[in-house]
Amino acid sequence: MVGSLLMRGMLIGVLAGLVAFGFARIFGEPQVDLAIAFEEQMAATEAAQAPAGDQPAMEETDEGLPGRGTQAGLGLITGLVVYGAAVGGIFALVFAFAYGRLGAIGARGLSAVLALAAFASVVLVPLLKYPANPPAVSLDETIGARTTLYFVLLVLSVGGMALAFALARRLLAQHGTWNATLIASAAYVAFITVVLIAMPTINEMPAGFSPDVLWNFRISSVGIQIIIWAVIGLGFGVLAERVLGEFRGSARLAGSYR
Amino acid sequence: MSDITFAPAHQPVAIPIAEVLPWAIFGGLLLMIAIYFVGAEEGATSLISGMYIHEFVHDGRHLLGFPCH
Ligand SMILES: [Zn+2]
Repeated sequence: MVGSLLMRGMLIGVLAGLVAFGFARIFGEPQVDLAIAFEEQMAATEAAQAPAGDQPAMEETDEGLPGRGTQAGLGLITGLVVYGAAVGGIFALVFAFAYGRLGAIGARGLSAVLALAAFASVVLVPLLKYPANPPAVSLDETIGARTTLYFVLLVLSVGGMALAFALARRLLAQHGTWNATLIASAAYVAFITVVLIAMPTINEMPAGFSPDVLWNFRISSVGIQIIIWAVIGLGFGVLAERVLGEFRGSARLAGSYR
Repeated sequence: MSDITFAPAHQPVAIPIAEVLPWAIFGGLLLMIAIYFVGAEEGATSLISGMYIHEFVHDGRHLLGFPCH
């Protein structure tokens, strides 16, 4: 049961990754290329000003590493498909746990609600503080701090969302679905507001970086995530409904023989 | 067949925790490792030496919103 849900989650995640690749290729890659062009121009200016011995060790590490063609093609599709399959699988596991424990909502509805909650907590909240950045706008030496802050916010956001669902579940019987959802959502928003205010801001934007490229990059990054979560949320429910329908049928049958 | 058609349609039956848990632990762990390789390997932390994985999934890492360069 759980295994077959997991497999379907990963399968729909692969599909989500493929659709996202099409979108990323058309809308995301041109912005990445523009950012890299800016980065190279910046590096060239720096190299021209720096003394000869002071060159950054960038060029010599390039040997044998994937070039731009691979990065924008096979690398991009691999990254998106692996990510899609992984989040699709984790989504299926969360679904398997939540199903039948959040009131009378059916498989398709639950899948859509969970995907919306996942999008809010995994994508929307982290990007409010640490938005997606194209190449060239972050400093290499701060990657440790930036990675830590990003994942701390991600864990707090997803953990807060899980607590919000637990709260909604406790309030369900007494306040009904609508009010329970409103109260739990308000609690999540209040918690996240405090977290977002408390966490340090990062701003390493180099002077002269095109605001258009930044905006277009970020909007296509959000577009990719919307596609991934929409495909998973809407697609997984349909697949899960069939699996669970069989389950209900066999459970009833088994019960009648008892 | 009629028994299924006329039964109360949406009364979802929860899957027992004992059945979900092993999948959640082992599956969840493996899938999170997969996300780690797309999102963070050879950035702040490195399990495999070199920069091949980082460079290979590089565009996806940026576009998915993970911290990079
Ligand atoms: Zn990068």
